[in-house]
Amino acid sequence: MTAASPRLLTTLRTGLFGTRANTLVTIATLLLLSQTLPPLFRWAVLDATFSGNAASCTRDGACWAFVTAKLRFILFAFYPPALQWRPSLVILLLAAILTASALPRLWGRTLLIAWPLTILACWLLMQGAFTSTPVASNQWGGLPVTLFVWAVCFAAATPIAVLLALARRSTLGGLRTFSVLYIELMRGTPMVAILYVAMLILPMALPDALSLDKMLRAIVMITLFWAAYIAEVIRAGLQAIPSGQHEAATALGLGYWRTQRLVILPQALRIVIPGMVNLAIGFLLATSLLAVIGIFDLLNAARASAADPQWLGFYNEAYLVVAVVYFVICFGASRYSRWLENKLAAGARRP
Amino acid sequence: MSDRRVFRTAAPGLKSPGRFGRIRAWWGGWPLGQLAFLGVLALLGWLFVSNVLETMARVGILPGFGFLSSSANFEIGESAIPFRAGDTYLRAIAAGLLNTLKVSLLGCLLATVLGIVIGVAGLSRNLLLSGLVRWFIEITRNTPLLLQLFFWMALTKALPAPRQAPALFGAVFLTNRGVSIPSLSLEGSPFGLLPALALAGAFGGVFWLLLRLSGRLSRRSAAAAAATAVIAVLLVLALSGGRPVVQVPALAGFNIRGGLNLSPEFAALLTGLVVKFSALIAEIVRAGIQSVGTGQWEAARALGLHDGQIIRLVVLPQALRVITPLTTSSYLDLTKDSSLAVAIGFPDLVSIVNTTANTTGQSMEALIILIGTFLAINLALSALMNLYNNRVALRGSTR
Repeated sequence: MTAASPRLLTTLRTGLFGTRANTLVTIATLLLLSQTLPPLFRWAVLDATFSGNAASCTRDGACWAFVTAKLRFILFAFYPPALQWRPSLVILLLAAILTASALPRLWGRTLLIAWPLTILACWLLMQGAFTSTPVASNQWGGLPVTLFVWAVCFAAATPIAVLLALARRSTLGGLRTFSVLYIELMRGTPMVAILYVAMLILPMALPDALSLDKMLRAIVMITLFWAAYIAEVIRAGLQAIPSGQHEAATALGLGYWRTQRLVILPQALRIVIPGMVNLAIGFLLATSLLAVIGIFDLLNAARASAADPQWLGFYNEAYLVVAVVYFVICFGASRYSRWLENKLAAGARRP
Repeated sequence: MSDRRVFRTAAPGLKSPGRFGRIRAWWGGWPLGQLAFLGVLALLGWLFVSNVLETMARVGILPGFGFLSSSANFEIGESAIPFRAGDTYLRAIAAGLLNTLKVSLLGCLLATVLGIVIGVAGLSRNLLLSGLVRWFIEITRNTPLLLQLFFWMALTKALPAPRQAPALFGAVFLTNRGVSIPSLSLEGSPFGLLPALALAGAFGGVFWLLLRLSGRLSRRSAAAAAATAVIAVLLVLALSGGRPVVQVPALAGFNIRGGLNLSPEFAALLTGLVVKFSALIAEIVRAGIQSVGTGQWEAARALGLHDGQIIRLVVLPQALRVITPLTTSSYLDLTKDSSLAVAIGFPDLVSIVNTTANTTGQSMEALIILIGTFLAINLALSALMNLYNNRVALRGSTR
């Protein structure tokens, strides 16, 4: 403490008042903060209402009573309250598998098998399988939908992406052209357009025997869409593998698929994991677009909660709750990505 | 005369492959498998399309793009070209496209300016400022754009009514009916401001091309070309009796009159895009500047350059090589993300195509137009940025 504080003081003094220009910048920033922070503090704490109903909330301050009253709706939307343990369990299951996937110690075959099983379990749980009251997917909503769609689409898109990336790097002209066209088409199209295809075209394109509900159609199209983005990241990893690896594998008598599976992909995927995490963060944020086609994901549920006639118009509070949820997940993930990058770099340096 | 033929027949080694051989080599191994795979995909595609056509026939909709010339019975909130209910769908879609282009271009421009300012501020040695920038970037990057748009939309709706709105700097009004800013227009001239700017641009471009073709293009001659173009157009304007008029919005009755009025939707969309992408561009700028080693700074200082010169002559040319390709993809993302306008009610291309699909039932054609347009915009933008990138990259590698 005694040793640290002089150093801290020095850092602060040079950091804030080191030169004349620096002092000016500090004063200007403090002025800006003094203009913005006090009103915000007054809104969020001093003038806020912490309990009661909509009538007791003033328009000057935040209405945290709204949040306590509608938090269940924001998190689970129209899911039957009696069966609420099911989406809660889905959140826990997905959190567990994500945590397990985040630990480099556990990377391996078990995890590859655990992923589809977890997704299947989540699907059955959400559907209300093994009970007398099945829950249709238009009743699903809130955080479980956001996490579920994200996890399913990412997990399903990755194998497709590996194949696309391999095809784009291969010497097979036909497949390579197809892969290039597919990736560029998808990357040039906004996600909203892809969701409209899921909404408007897929029902017409699929034969009647194969009619899918809206959620499933969105999942299929988003999977195909994200595969193009993941493929480009994986391709970058494939390009980083020196050609000596190919040649050595060929010299050992390995065929194409065994070369890829045993030599190239394990190295390439390890390189691109930080990039994949960044992509996953972007995708989680992008799932909020599901609101455009009327699926009640986390953001749409929050918007609907403030449209409740009893609690009309508390949009700021609702959006703030959602922003905090997204921020905690994404900020944590981006910190993790940076940690992982350092760890992998350190691992690569060590002989 | 027959040198080549003699040479070719006499050349030792393998026979050169014919056209078929070259195609065969390009097609690569596993030829029948590839054909079969692509064939199955084509079959699936044909199946889907025939299903769609069948469904359309059952509902009684004629496939094709004929609907474009029939009249659209909806209004468009705001549009760069005059549009009224009853005009053709083609015109409606063009209006939507112009709105998309307007918000994307302005968004790219403002996001770049703000992003550079924020990126440089984040590199400041001042702890308070760089900390503030850090938090701004983390918060904007880690929350969904749609959420931010909803927030800006709620904010514009919560602004005071025109009568109570204070005037910022006496000229900018933030009201719940939109944002009013001063406008610049030309009066008494045969053509407006935009054609004048376009004329100056075209004139300058021709001049620049002439200089380039004659091999006399330098920084000084380019500046001279630009100045000549501007002066010539100003002269034409002055001779034709036009003069620039700055119109400041002012309160008149219950509303704000004069100036340029941006609708709440447009203001919210533009603000949301600019804020989100300025954070992304700030990160790119920071990474670009940090990629230039400290040795470069020290060497430049040893040569006696001052800070401004170091940034302009040493750091920026090298940083741009990192920054340009990354900003290009940011611009492409911004253009694509402007499609979120549909969620807050701004009549951009996506929302008009969606309305078209809903009113005519021709959703397949409408989506083909939508995706085709975005692909074309994307290709054009990335081609343009590649040109610029080549210039930046070349300057570094000609040694």
